[in-house]
Formats: sequence, C-alpha cells, structure tokens
Amino acid sequence: MTIAPPAPKIAPPAANSGGRGGSVTWMAWPALVAFLTFGIVPLIGVLLLSFTSWNRLSTDIPFTGLDSWRSVLSDPGLPHALWVTFLIMALSWLFQTPISLLLGVFIAAHKRYRSVLAVLFFVPLLLSQAAISITFKALLDPNFGLGAGLGFEFLQQDWLGNSTLAMGVVVFVVSWQFIPFHTLIYQGGIRQIPASMYEAAQIDGAGRVRQFFSITLPQLKYTVITSSTLMVVGSLTFFDLIWVLTAGGPGDATRALAVDMYQRGFKADLMGPASAIAVILVLVGLALALGLRRLGGRDATASQLEGL
Amino acid sequence: MTTMLDNVSQAAVVPPPVARRRRPRLLQYNWLGGLAGWIWLFVVLLPIYWIVITSFKLQEDYYATNPLVPPSSPTLENYRFVLESDFVSYFINSVIVTVGAVGPAVLVSFMAAYAIVRGSAASRFLRGVNGLFLMGLAIPLQAVIIPIYLLIIKLQMYDTLGAIILPSLAFAIPLSVLVLSNFVRDVPKELFESMRMDGATEWGTLWRLAFPLTRPAIVTVLIYQGLTVWNGFILPLILTQSPEQRTLPLALWSFQGQYSVNIPAVLASVVLTTLPILTLYVLGRRQLLSGLTAGFGK
Repeated sequence: MTIAPPAPKIAPPAANSGGRGGSVTWMAWPALVAFLTFGIVPLIGVLLLSFTSWNRLSTDIPFTGLDSWRSVLSDPGLPHALWVTFLIMALSWLFQTPISLLLGVFIAAHKRYRSVLAVLFFVPLLLSQAAISITFKALLDPNFGLGAGLGFEFLQQDWLGNSTLAMGVVVFVVSWQFIPFHTLIYQGGIRQIPASMYEAAQIDGAGRVRQFFSITLPQLKYTVITSSTLMVVGSLTFFDLIWVLTAGGPGDATRALAVDMYQRGFKADLMGPASAIAVILVLVGLALALGLRRLGGRDATASQLEGL
Repeated sequence: MTTMLDNVSQAAVVPPPVARRRRPRLLQYNWLGGLAGWIWLFVVLLPIYWIVITSFKLQEDYYATNPLVPPSSPTLENYRFVLESDFVSYFINSVIVTVGAVGPAVLVSFMAAYAIVRGSAASRFLRGVNGLFLMGLAIPLQAVIIPIYLLIIKLQMYDTLGAIILPSLAFAIPLSVLVLSNFVRDVPKELFESMRMDGATEWGTLWRLAFPLTRPAIVTVLIYQGLTVWNGFILPLILTQSPEQRTLPLALWSFQGQYSVNIPAVLASVVLTTLPILTLYVLGRRQLLSGLTAGFGK
C-alpha cells in the first residue's frame, strides 16, 4: 500500500490553500461510485421493482402498478412475518440486555476475568452464523445431542420441530452470538463512569444494588440506547441464522420478514411482492432507528457533523 | 448512534487508568455478576467443546457414545473426508472474495475519509458525500439484495466470485469511511499545515502523514470488514449457484445438507472454516476486539 508518488518539491500556488476542497474532491469519487452503484441504486431499484411483476427467470420486467403491494398487503403472511420479526426482536432484547449488563458490570470490575477468560468469552463473535446454526442444529438433536449427553429429560425435546420451542431456539442462538458483543459495549461504558461517583456513594452508605440503580444505570443511558438500537435494528436483518437453523419453520413459525422476502423472491420467483417486503423492511428499520434516537434525546448524527 | 459511544470502545482498548485503579478494592466481589460470568462462559464453551471432540469421533461412535465424552481413539478421518470434499478450493474462494472486497474497500474509504475531513469545510459536495455515507449505514444488505441480483445478472457476473466481491466491497464503505474519518480528523491541523508548507500534494500528505498516523485504525477496520465478508452468507447464496464458486459459509451449509447424517464430518467442516479466524484471534486479540466495536467510535 505504499504507492505514494514522490511529492513535488515546488510549493503549490497559494490559491490552492483557499479552496482546498477542490484538490481533494477526486479522492472521494471511487468510494462514492462504488456505493452509489451497489447501495443507492439498489435502494431505488427495490422500490421500483415493487411496482413490477418480475418473475426472476425472464428478462422482461413488466410494470404492474400496485398489484404487488395489493397482494402483499392482503396476504395474512405479512402480519405474521411482522409479528415473528417483532417477537424475535423483543425476546432477544429482553434476554440479552440484562445478561449483557450484568456481565458488563462484572467484567469491567474484574481485570483477571477480563484478561484470562475473555479470550474464550468472545469466540462466538468470530463464527459465521451459518457455522453457529449448523452446530446448534446438531447439538439440539433430541436423540444424539446435548440433552442425551447430559441426561436431562427437559433438554431432550424436538427443539426445532415445535413452533414455540423453535422461536426460543432462534432467540437463544442469537443471544449466544451477540451477548459477548453487548457485554463489550457495556463494560466499555461502565469503565467511563468516574470512580469518584462510587466513592461518594460508598461514603453515603449506598450498597452495591443501590449504586447500580443510582449511578451505573443512569450513567449508562446512552450506552443502553446504542446497544438496544443495534439489537433491535440488527434483528430485522437476521437471515443467515434463521435460514440455516429453521428455514422459517416449522411451518412458518420463524418466518421473519427477511426470510419471507427470500422465500417469495428466490423460492416462489415473485420478485414484485418480495421487493415490497424489502421496502417494508427498510421502512421499519428506519422508523425504529429514528424512534430510538429520539428516545436518546439528542441527535447523534448532527453532533457527529459538528466537527466538520 | 456513533457519538454516544465515541468513548466506549476506546475504553475497551485503552482503559483510562485514573478512573479504574481503585474501583475493584472499593466494591466487594460482585457475586451475582461473577455467577453470571461463569455460567455464561460455560454456555459459550460447551458447544465449542462439543464441536471439537465430536469432530474427532467416528460416525458410528457418534451414535453410540455419550456426546460429552471425548473419543477414546480420536480419528482424523472426518478432517480427511472434509478436505477431500473440495474444502481447499472453497477456502481459496473465501480468501479471494475477502481480500478482493476488503482491500479495495478500505483503500477507497480511506481516500474518501481523507477528502471528507480535509475538504468538507470548503466543499458542499463533500459534505453531501459524507451525509450519503452516514445514511448508507442504515441500509440493510438484505433489503436491497433483489436489485443487486438483477444488477449482477445485467452485468453478466452471475455465478462468479466478482458477483460476491462488488456488493461486499460497496457495503463495507459507509462504516469504514465513518470510522476512518473520525481518526483522520484527530490528526493535528498543524501537521497538515506543515506538510503543505513543505510543498506536499494532498495525495502525498494522505500517504506520508495521514496513513502512518491512522494505521492502527486502518488495521482495525480491515479486520472488522474482513470478518464480515469472510462470514458472509446471503451474497454467495443468492449470487452464485455452481459448487466451484462457493465460499466457506455456503459450502458449510450445502455440506451439511448433503451429509446431514454424518455429524462428525459436518462439525469437522465447522472447525476447518473457523480455524483461520481463530488463529488470527489468538495472534491479535486486542486488535480484533477493538475491530468488532469499530462502528461505535474510535
């Protein structure tokens, strides 16, 4: 990466210092072109495709107005997919947040745990969702999996064959992968809290639980919001994990929006309705991100731009 | 989303010494947290332990012995079987895709970050570009996969590694630009000024000043994006079909579909696809962990 051309020895004309913008603008172009082509153009494209009835196999993309939208919005599959998505989102938030917070508090205070055990603790973050899902699929096998190994009756169930259990498995596997990540975020936030606040609380006779609720939690407000935003918005896009683990099943019990889109588009060859689902996915994600940001009471993007 | 955590992951890497020193003494041992920490570690390790021991078992033993007891006579048979099932070529595909996407993505992102930091004050265009990338962070890849599929077909790239590389490259850009521009912004203005006095061009300044000073951030971004592309599943699933173009996660999935009864072999393939990342993790844990939180500040 050391392809720097030798710098000319002569100073550039003084005029250059005033309008510096011009001389660097070109450097933004390669990234801009790449992202426009594969990010922005497809974003517009998905909206346009939702007004067609492209069947994936033909080269012909007929414009059919609102037909796709009408068929998607009148299909009971949509409210179901929205419900499944919401359920995965809410349950995985409820499961991950308290555990990550608790672990974050612990890890932030115990250096030894952090340095020795944290090595293993973060391994799930490195694995692909395909690998994780394949592992859990085999691990949860009622006859040869973990349940049989540990000899616990309650673990020997048809985990992926029962609608309720399958939902639970999806939430658990998501948490298995992401709790370390959110723990990392929380412990970082906790270590930013000045020790003097805890000293003062200690002198005032506040116990550990009181300190947690009166200092740690309020101080972590923005960390909680960030972590929650990542969980909630991220859960909209779970595809790899659900597809490999349950393929949306049993039946349609875990058929979340992203899986629904894939099945309509690439399995049933109905690209119009699939695009409509994709548009809904974008809108829901945007609404959630903006809603959570409002909850934070400040505009993160605006302050990001202040430094310019 | 980013500013509120500006300091968080920084703390994850370099803890502020003053704030930390006395706290462990101040509080008595956190039993609840400790218990949770150990339980969760067990929850994390058990599947990993199981994958590893099972991958050394013979298929017959898998059905006959206790799943949690290591094999009495470990076998490498599963690994041989997996390696003979073209895993080497899938591995090479994954390397090509990851390097081909992440290298150029980080290069163009670094250039764009430099341009945004240096030029935004004078250029409305660059401020717009920055805004576009910030907005781009909110576009989920899954949601635009259908037009990407169409685009790849129109470009006659369907079922090639290039089809995976191009969208992966593009989707690595917004976050990389955001993180790198935060770092370029930290380079003291006086240094840019003195480079200019010495007659350096912007291109020269980019490489001789900004690049050395932001190198750790660049490595972090490379690692984070590399991991994302390496583990990517939906792009290869949708944009390729022939076995010759498979990357590891997809190969893993089809291998599992094909040999679903041979669990030890499936798990050996899981171990093999994960091994390269684990090796990197052991070598550069700090860098990798800060890489994983790259999106949340610096």
